[in-house]
Amino acid sequence: MTLTAAVMSFAAVAILVTMVMALFRAARGPTTYDRILALNLFGTQTVLLIAVTGFLYERPEWMDLAMVYGLCNFVGVLAVLRFSKYGSFMEDP
Amino acid sequence: METAITVVLFVLLLATAIILGRQRNLFAASMLTGIFSLVSAGLFTVMEAVDVAFTEAAVGAGISTVLMLATLSLTEDVEAREKKISWPALAVVVLTGGALIYGTLDMPNFGDPHAVVHGEIARYYIDRSWDEIGLPNMVTSILASYRGSDTFGELGVVFVAGTSVLLLLGGRRSELPASGESPGHERPSSRPPGKRHAHVREMPVVRTVAKVMLPYIVLFAFYVQAHGDFGPGGGFQAGVILATAFILFGLVFGPQELVRHVPPERLERIMAVGLMIYGGVGVVAMLLGGQFLAYGVFTPSHPSHGHHYGIFMVELGVGITVSAVMIIIYATFATRRPSLAPQVVLDAEDRCETEVSADDVPLVPEERALRSGADLLAEGAAGTDAASEVPS
Amino acid sequence: MITDVLHVIGAFFVVVGALFCVIGGIGVIRLPDFYSRCHGSGITDSAGAGALLLGLMFFAPPLVAFKLLALVAFLWVSSTVSTHSLAKAAYSQGVRIENVPRKDWTIAPPPPPAAEDAVLADAASAADPEEPA
Repeated sequence: MTLTAAVMSFAAVAILVTMVMALFRAARGPTTYDRILALNLFGTQTVLLIAVTGFLYERPEWMDLAMVYGLCNFVGVLAVLRFSKYGSFMEDP
Repeated sequence: METAITVVLFVLLLATAIILGRQRNLFAASMLTGIFSLVSAGLFTVMEAVDVAFTEAAVGAGISTVLMLATLSLTEDVEAREKKISWPALAVVVLTGGALIYGTLDMPNFGDPHAVVHGEIARYYIDRSWDEIGLPNMVTSILASYRGSDTFGELGVVFVAGTSVLLLLGGRRSELPASGESPGHERPSSRPPGKRHAHVREMPVVRTVAKVMLPYIVLFAFYVQAHGDFGPGGGFQAGVILATAFILFGLVFGPQELVRHVPPERLERIMAVGLMIYGGVGVVAMLLGGQFLAYGVFTPSHPSHGHHYGIFMVELGVGITVSAVMIIIYATFATRRPSLAPQVVLDAEDRCETEVSADDVPLVPEERALRSGADLLAEGAAGTDAASEVPS
Repeated sequence: MITDVLHVIGAFFVVVGALFCVIGGIGVIRLPDFYSRCHGSGITDSAGAGALLLGLMFFAPPLVAFKLLALVAFLWVSSTVSTHSLAKAAYSQGVRIENVPRKDWTIAPPPPPAAEDAVLADAASAADPEEPA
């Protein structure tokens, strides 16, 4: 196993472990905000997983895919925040 | 290693699904749906279905959460608890599930070289698409050229979805103030100027960052649109990413502001224009003597160039329609008032009072954070009382 | 030779970043209340993701390295902002702080409206110079 493959495998394992922990927090709660935090964390981990597997498979053009999450993931979190604060999107807060 | 990652992701997917099924709180469930989508995107990537993963990412990153929450905002956010088990429903579920599982037994194993799709069809595309179409990304050649009619149908489905949302929910839009005078923006008042932008005042950091990110999201959408021929991407993904940018605008500056800048009446037309571009390319191909959506006739001397032009136009049409439909769905949901609660526009100040007053600090905020319209209303009334007692 | 050196440096960063990810994940599970869990998530988002993606840059061709750099920039901006606004929203909704008596963790009574306005209007205008203050 080359250095690159070894390093990427290690990183992938670490990311998967972190994903499991984030999922645990999302399932456990206790507050809604913990779940949102877990969602955010999970999103970051997905970005990292896609980037790392791109290198593991030697297909670096997958970085575009990671970029979508990098750019758009916080839109979902913002939506959740707005909703949890005001109960709807309608009211002009 | 790759197999291990795939297996772990599948286990995660299953765990998420089980947790999701046991969740009664629909708000928490929509969070878990987001995680489900993220895991699926990771799984598609690991299985090298990059274009599918790209679509899942584009839809799952922003739009699906937003639409789900928009739906929740019009309904209740806690699932009604059924007392007794409905046996016919259980039977239907078990039968359907059993049939589906039985169906998977006939499916080829993952990566089986003797599977039907890896037989003649795949061989045909792999051998000939480079000569016939000349695009590095074979998925795009298949979607937009070999299977162009299928994609046309899919675009029609997207169009119909947008139209249905408009037909079902769009009628109440007339209750909104006419475009140009959105409340909270044009409201003349004796308040200090800072008061007028209640939402802006509240989250300056978010607003600034959103302003920084917006142009990059739009730019990236155009990149994805143009780069679909060469790598993962294409019209669907680009349209969704572009719509995400508009939805981000709506989230930060308020849906009324979005509707003011991008009136749904105009979007309705744009939505149809995209579909017409797609269909129009096919009709032009027919007029030039070819078959519907056979782009080779555009440049008879050099068919693969014709394919390039045709695919470019078709993807453009897809992008236009998809983004218009996504924006229109968000705008329609977000500007519709919840029908369950009486329609009272709470004043921003009252709500601020309510939120920070010391007696309004619940110990277990799970339920509190998830306010239905009625809660919000009651709280607003309480807030008004409190505000009237405090000399301002 | 040069490539090997770069790969070793990159490998170091990737491993460090991966470790930060796991540390942050442990923090998200183990820390007692929401705000300290934000800290755990923040470690993963900034140190973990940053070091890992920067490490990957040493393995990448130039264009991909540029994309990774942009990705780091966007992640650092967007995920910190979402954690910030998350913590703010939780605080305004009165999410509990562990080991702090209730009288101390409740938000102080809102400051007089005038003062709050002045501060926030300043913040808004500082954030956006075009906005008439």
